[in-house]
Amino acid sequence: MTLPVDREIDARGSHCPGPLMELIRGSKSLADGQTIAVLSADAGSKKDIPIWVEKAGYKLLAVEEQENGVARFVVQKVARKS
Amino acid sequence: MHTQVAIIGGGVGGTVTANRLIKSLHGERRQTVDITIYETKRMHTYQPGWLYVPFSQFRPMTITRPEVRLLHEGIILKSGTEGTVTSLDTNTKTLVTADGISHRYDYLIFATGARNVPEEVAGYAEGSDHFYSEEAARALRAKLDAFEGGVIVTGVSSIPHRCPPAPLEFTFLLDDMLRKQGLREKTEIHYVYPINRVFPIESVAELAAPILEERGIQVHTFFNVDEIHPEKKLVTSLEGEELSYDLLVLTPPHQGSALAKQSGISDADGWIPTDHHTLRVKGYEDANIFAIGDSTDLPVSKSGAAAHFEGIVVAETIADELRGRAPAHTYEGRVVCFLETGRNQASILWFDYKHPPKPPKPSLFWHLDKTALNRFYWEIIPPAIA
Ligand SMILES: Cc1cc2nc3c(=O)[nH]c(=O)nc-3n(C[C@H](O)[C@H](O)[C@H](O)COP(=O)(O)OP(=O)(O)OC[C@H]3O[C@@H](n4cnc5c(N)ncnc54)[C@H](O)[C@@H]3O)c2cc1C
Repeated sequence: MTLPVDREIDARGSHCPGPLMELIRGSKSLADGQTIAVLSADAGSKKDIPIWVEKAGYKLLAVEEQENGVARFVVQKVARKS
Repeated sequence: MHTQVAIIGGGVGGTVTANRLIKSLHGERRQTVDITIYETKRMHTYQPGWLYVPFSQFRPMTITRPEVRLLHEGIILKSGTEGTVTSLDTNTKTLVTADGISHRYDYLIFATGARNVPEEVAGYAEGSDHFYSEEAARALRAKLDAFEGGVIVTGVSSIPHRCPPAPLEFTFLLDDMLRKQGLREKTEIHYVYPINRVFPIESVAELAAPILEERGIQVHTFFNVDEIHPEKKLVTSLEGEELSYDLLVLTPPHQGSALAKQSGISDADGWIPTDHHTLRVKGYEDANIFAIGDSTDLPVSKSGAAAHFEGIVVAETIADELRGRAPAHTYEGRVVCFLETGRNQASILWFDYKHPPKPPKPSLFWHLDKTALNRFYWEIIPPAIA
C-alpha cells in the first residue's frame, strides 16, 4: 500500500546525504500537519532519515519497501512546541 | 564547414577542456575545428585562494589572472557581453550571447559552475558573512581584523556547495588565528552542519570530529538553518535550536547555472543531470551536450579537481569522435583534494565512485603540498598537462 501525501519527492538518483537533504528542503515549505514522502535508493537513508525525523520532532508514518532496494519514507510535519 | 565546439564557462573545467582538446587534435583536424570559450568575466579566479583571504594569508590580487593568458593558441575566447550566453536552442544547436548574436555549435559543454543564492535563507544577506566570493572574503577579513572576542558561529547553510572541506578548514584556521592573537580564551566557536556528522563522507567526518573536539570547538549536527535574525544576532534551525552570535560565517546556499535552468536541461536547483561516466547530459545523449564541474548533479565533491578530471574526459571523448574513433575515456568519479586542519597540517582526500577516501593523519607534508598547489595552480592546472 502507498500512503497518499501532500508532497512527493523522488530522490532515487541521489546519494547520501542527498535524499535526506531533499526531505529537509521539501519539509521547509510544508504547513504543520502536512505530509511528505521521499523515495530513496541509498542504503544510508535507512539510518539517517529516521534519526533526523526524530531530532526535528516530526513523525515517521511509514517506511515502505519497494523494488530494487528503494524505500519510500512518509513523514508528517509536526508543530514545534514553544 | 568547421566543426564548432562551444564551451560555456572559462573556469577550471572550461579552461582545462579547451586546452586539452586543442592539444589532442593534430594537423588537419586542428584546422577544421573551432574551439570557443564563452565566459562573462575577463579574469580567471583561483577560488581556493578565497579561503585564506580572511586570515590575510593570500592577497586577493594574486588570485586572478586574465583568462586569455591561460589559453593555448588557437582557442577563441569571447568575454563580456560577447561571452555571456543568455539563451540556448538545443533543436537548432544555437546559443545566443548578450550582444544579441547567435552562434551555431556541434558540440556544447556546460562548464558554468555553481553560484551563491543567499536569498534562499531568510536573513542571510544581512546576517551572515562568508568567503565564497572575493568581495565577501575581503569584508570578512575586515570584520576579523576588528574582532576582539565573542561568539563565532561557522558551518554550512545547505548542501551541496562548492568545496565541501572549506567550512571545516575555515574553522580550523580561525581557531589558529585566534590563538595566535590571544583571543581564543575570549571566543566561543560553534560549528553547525545540516546532517548528523561534521562532513558528508563518514571517513572524513571521523577524522575531523576529534580535531574539532580537541580544539574546543562546539559542534551542532542536524542544524538546518531555518532563519537568521540579524537584528537579534540569532540563527535558528529547523530542528528547533537557536544560537546567538557576534559573527556568523555560514557557507551560502548554492545553485547551478541560471542558464541551464532556464533552458530546461537542469533540475529545479539548476544542477544538470549528467551521466556519471560519459558526462553527457541526460536526455540529450545524442545531441553532443556535455556537463562538467560544479554545474552537474554528479555525486562527487564540487571541486576544481573533479572539474579538471572531467574536462580531460570530455576533451578526449570529443577528440576521439572527431578522429572517427570510438570514445575510450570515462569518468570514474576521481577527486583529489586537501583538508587543512590548522597548525600547519593537512590531510588529503583521494577517492572515486567506488572507493571512499581513507584520509591520512594530518601532517606538515600535506599542508606543504596544498601550499605548493596554491602557488603553482596557474602552471599546473589550466594548461591541462596531467
Ligand atoms: C572558498 C573555496 C575554496 C575552494 N577550495 C578548493 C580546493 O581546495 N580544491 C578544489 O579542488 N576545489 C576547491 N574549490 C572549488 C573550486 O573552485 C570549484 O569547484 C571549481 O572552480 C569548479 O570549476 P567549474 O569550471 O565547474 O566552475 P567555475 O570555476 O566556477 O567556472 C564557471 C564559470 O562559468 C561562467 N559562467 C556561468 N554562466 C555563464 C554564462 N551563462 N555565460 C558565460 N559564462 C558563464 C562563470 O562566470 C564562471 O567563470 C573551492 C571553492 C571555494 C569557493
